Amino acid sequence: MNLLLLAAAWGVLMMFLSVSGISRATIRTIAQVGMGLLFLSTVAELQGIVFYDLNAPAMLGVDRYALVMLSVLSGCGLLYFLLSAKDMADVGSDYSEYFALIFFIFCGFVLVLSFTSLLMLFLGIEIVTIPLYILTGADKRNLKSNEASLKYFLLGAFSTGIMLMGIALVYGARGSFSTLELVGASGIPTQLLLGGLFLIFFSLAFKVSVAPFHFWTPDVYDGAPTVFTSFMATLVKVAAFAGFLRLFDHGFGSLKSSWQIWAGILAVLTLIIGNMTAVYQQSVKRMLAYSSIAQAGFMMLGVYGLGDAAKEGMILYGASYSLATIGMFAVLTRMQDQTVEGFNGLAKQQPWISALLAVFLLSLAGIPLTAGFLAKFYMLQAALPATYGMAVVIVAVIMAAVSVYYYFRVLQAIYFREPSEGVSFPAFAPGFVRILTVIALLIILLGLQPGWLLRYLYF
Amino acid sequence: MPINYYLFLSLALFSIGMVGVLTRRNAIIIFMCIELMLNAVNLLLVAFSKMHHLKNLATSATAGTDGQLFVFFIMVVAAAEVSVGLAIIVMMYRNIHSVDIQFLNRLKH
Repeated sequence: MNLLLLAAAWGVLMMFLSVSGISRATIRTIAQVGMGLLFLSTVAELQGIVFYDLNAPAMLGVDRYALVMLSVLSGCGLLYFLLSAKDMADVGSDYSEYFALIFFIFCGFVLVLSFTSLLMLFLGIEIVTIPLYILTGADKRNLKSNEASLKYFLLGAFSTGIMLMGIALVYGARGSFSTLELVGASGIPTQLLLGGLFLIFFSLAFKVSVAPFHFWTPDVYDGAPTVFTSFMATLVKVAAFAGFLRLFDHGFGSLKSSWQIWAGILAVLTLIIGNMTAVYQQSVKRMLAYSSIAQAGFMMLGVYGLGDAAKEGMILYGASYSLATIGMFAVLTRMQDQTVEGFNGLAKQQPWISALLAVFLLSLAGIPLTAGFLAKFYMLQAALPATYGMAVVIVAVIMAAVSVYYYFRVLQAIYFREPSEGVSFPAFAPGFVRILTVIALLIILLGLQPGWLLRYLYF
Repeated sequence: MPINYYLFLSLALFSIGMVGVLTRRNAIIIFMCIELMLNAVNLLLVAFSKMHHLKNLATSATAGTDGQLFVFFIMVVAAAEVSVGLAIIVMMYRNIHSVDIQFLNRLKH
């Protein structure tokens, strides 16, 4: 649990730096160093080096799954900071606070990934979402940002209320919040327990934006400042899904006959709605928002399938999806025209950036040799043994083919269109290009050798 | 009193809150309705906590206290949420001089 302490301490440090009057460049460096330490300390814990052990097994219990997921999240967080920390300065004047909030969100990630009590799940989700409401509204003068933050806040608080009601009902049925005692020895659930289970299930589906509870996602992702959309759509969503899987695998796993079919239905609905609407988007930012819903459909297959295969899939999917989307958003933030046409003819002027973007888009679409392909493969493999698994997998494969259309439209604009008059592409700093190259290499490496990451799950 | 009474009372409060969130248009009132939902949960947790306490008193003297503990956490989180939520509403009010959420529909193109 190195990450928990370090992230909290660094969050407080960043908060105090905002009144110290030091320059933005220094603040940025301190934040990047902090995120690097977060990553290193999690990797160290994976190797058995623990600086700080919170001995509270009734509340938090770190297992390999949580640790690998946290390493993926903090690693992607580090790359995100290296790529996009500069762009945060354009959002508003509270530069240091943005970093502080992101470090606090990482504390929430630890709770969401290692809870053994529903209390910690609730606290973790709140610690993740409350700073997000602020980050969404960070662009205070921009009406779209205001709207997005209010909408996110009202719907988020509403779904929290529903989750709490679910937890209360489960508590009434079982007399305990521990995830180990959620289901009795007899395995026959009472009405109270089932009611609670479904309320928790639907509210978590709401948090991870699975259809039909996805309607807030495109507006919020579109309205939020693009740097923060990148963070919300990747790390936060992956962490929420990992917690979702953890609860329904460890906690409610033995009751799956009653809820598994619903997970399947939501997954299919999400895949269809997310992909079909993404096809019609003109703005790349909105397209990525819908594509994040579509990708959520694939991650939902993990919750549907359960077991070790789903955990492997979730980790690989989290890594590949986060890497590719963070890269896409980092380039998108710097584009002048954020529609598909804005990318016209990029390859003629910036061939290397275009090649990197191509890797990201191919990975999102799930083309072999990229991590996206294997991630989708693992998810389908996890879903196959479930009841009606075959039907769900067939829908997922068809929808993956649909997704190729809208990802390739951007690719086509980059490579096969002439640049429009008067549009100039930004110059990318060499450091920025280097980090993007690292991300693309990681995607290809994971696509060739997923065991490189997944072996940490077992030893 | 049987536990059912408490259950029905808090479910009724919860539903009133939920209907309020879905039908009202003033952001502050929606906010109050969300608080109502959270407090309905608090009531239910306290009632269940007492129920489990009486039922398991023989085996453990602290049975059921975790429910009461949870209530405090809900209160803390609700307070944090209120501070952020009111800040967001004030921010919106400064820009458009209204707290009507009809305004939110503008995001949909």
